[in-house]
Amino acid sequence: MEKKNLTCIGCPMGCQITVEVEGEEVFSVTGNTCAIGDKYARQEVTHPERTVTSTVTVTGGEKDRCSVKTKGNIPKEKIFACMDAIDHVKVAAPVRIGDVVIENVCGTGVDVVATKNVDAA
Amino acid sequence: MTSYDIVIVGGGPAGLAAAVSAKKAGTDSILIIERDKELGGILNQCIHNGFGLHTFKEELTGPEYAYRFIEQVYDLGIEYKLDTMVMDISHDKVVTAMNRTEGMFQIQAGAVILAMGCRERPRGALNIPGYRPAGIYSAGTAQRLVNMEGYMPGREVVILGSGDIGLIMARRMTFEGATVKVVAELMPFSGGLKRNIVQCLDDYGIPLKLSHTVVDIEGKERVKAVTIAEVGPDMKPIPGTEERYTCDTLLLSTGLIPENELSRGAGVEMNPVTSGPVVNEVLETNIPGVFACGNVLHVHDLVDYVSEEATRAGENAAKYVQNGCKDEKEGSDIRLVATEGARYTVPCTVNVSRMDENLTVRFRVGAVFKDSFVSVYFDDERVQHRKKRIMAPGEMEQVILQKKKLADYPDLKTITIKIEAE
Ligand SMILES: Cc1cc2nc3c(=O)[nH]c(=O)nc-3n(C[C@H](O)[C@H](O)[C@H](O)COP(=O)(O)OP(=O)(O)OC[C@H]3O[C@@H](n4cnc5c(N)ncnc54)[C@H](O)[C@@H]3O)c2cc1C
Ligand code: SF4
Repeated sequence: MEKKNLTCIGCPMGCQITVEVEGEEVFSVTGNTCAIGDKYARQEVTHPERTVTSTVTVTGGEKDRCSVKTKGNIPKEKIFACMDAIDHVKVAAPVRIGDVVIENVCGTGVDVVATKNVDAA
Repeated sequence: MTSYDIVIVGGGPAGLAAAVSAKKAGTDSILIIERDKELGGILNQCIHNGFGLHTFKEELTGPEYAYRFIEQVYDLGIEYKLDTMVMDISHDKVVTAMNRTEGMFQIQAGAVILAMGCRERPRGALNIPGYRPAGIYSAGTAQRLVNMEGYMPGREVVILGSGDIGLIMARRMTFEGATVKVVAELMPFSGGLKRNIVQCLDDYGIPLKLSHTVVDIEGKERVKAVTIAEVGPDMKPIPGTEERYTCDTLLLSTGLIPENELSRGAGVEMNPVTSGPVVNEVLETNIPGVFACGNVLHVHDLVDYVSEEATRAGENAAKYVQNGCKDEKEGSDIRLVATEGARYTVPCTVNVSRMDENLTVRFRVGAVFKDSFVSVYFDDERVQHRKKRIMAPGEMEQVILQKKKLADYPDLKTITIKIEAE
């Protein structure tokens, strides 16, 4: 069995978590303060995932850029492919928080959505 | 002169939450003054996620978190002025402000809430002779450029200082195709949140060199290379430890400092440790009716705490104006002292007659402490003793004081917070 130490990123508390793991099987999780930490630790040692945030170009808006995020986490190894897809997108104003900018980005099943309102110019 | 019951200076998360809570507490005449072209403050450029887990039980990005409050400001019909800069606040709460359409104007406020946030520390950290070529940016400026203007400052980056903005920019620039070669931190610990070290550096294999500083910058027109060296306990570079990195950009992430020129001008007493106002249990400064919250009071790393603190400031300001602009309290103030590892406390005094059932006292530690105790003393008696696995200067700590408990100590003069090994 392997012991892995990690820092929970669920919130800025940054709890120090110890996971006992063998292959894909997790035996124990300790050091977390809440359930999010437990879930994160299990996930992180088996299938690490991240939320990606960036900006896209807006046309015809009061601003030229709109911030976006992946609506949920995507596999860590897809981060750069996802960034590439985001870099190639242009959206037309108006944009509302939650609007889908890219559907099912890189086949992850996760959408990229707007995180800011941009009105038409 | 126009007058408002409450004037809030700054429309960032602190100002917004204070406005919303003051309105909900029954005060209608409220004005938010914001110098930027939109509400939301620094959150508008913090497009990364990780905000609001405590408040909304979901991870939001900065702009989304801000919008939760902006929406309430709209819905509650709270007045605000954008592109308007507050120039001066007088001791008797006359607020002087300026904008393009109205020019210079004055407002008489019943109560003022200071919510001006903070700014980046000046470049003093970069204490080296030579040219100042292009390609040197503060991390916050770089964040604004990349996130709001879509402009990349450079392709090969060295970062000095491991504050949160620098860490977040290391990842952000990596995402945009830049190579971040190293993050050098003068101190033996990082001032940034651990989660940012994990997610922004470790994830991308970016080295963090503690106890290191920049000793040379090459390039006349544009940065060409940066040399860093290890520093000894005296903070002086150790000869022979130099490492040279070719790069076109140097980001300085040397921390934030509360923005208090206005507060000083008004005669608000300042705490030299936090560079923010000295406040009592209702977050009121030494000037009755002038309250402070958010990063102008002390630098926060967690926006949830900003909103929580600002909510209290808003409620207390509403109470103050509803009480005919008078403070109501009995008995004397108890002094709060931070010592032995604890650097400061907010608030600095407590009046039991006026405190809530539970009062959250926030503080920061001055170094990294492992398996140590946060202790609270009522005069000489230890009343709280709580073990923490880890405490670091980058993360705010807190203790809760209970009114019920304090009632048992009528003659209490001083509450001391310290860090103890056992
Ligand atoms: C880079 C960075 C990353 C962060 N990351 C996180 C995170 O991941 N998670 C988290 O929970 N928290 C995070 N925080 C912390 C949190 O965002 C801040 O603590 C919070 O935004 C502070 O709110 P504020 O309202 O006090 O200040 P600000 O947001 O700075 O707002 C102050 C406002 O006052 C205005 N103002 C100032 N002076 C005047 C004047 N004279 N007249 C008129 N208006 C004025 C300014 O324009 C500004 O809009 C981060 C902070 C930074 C800087
Ligand atoms: S375990 Fe819970 S409290 Fe601790 S860092 Fe993770 S999310 Fe935050």
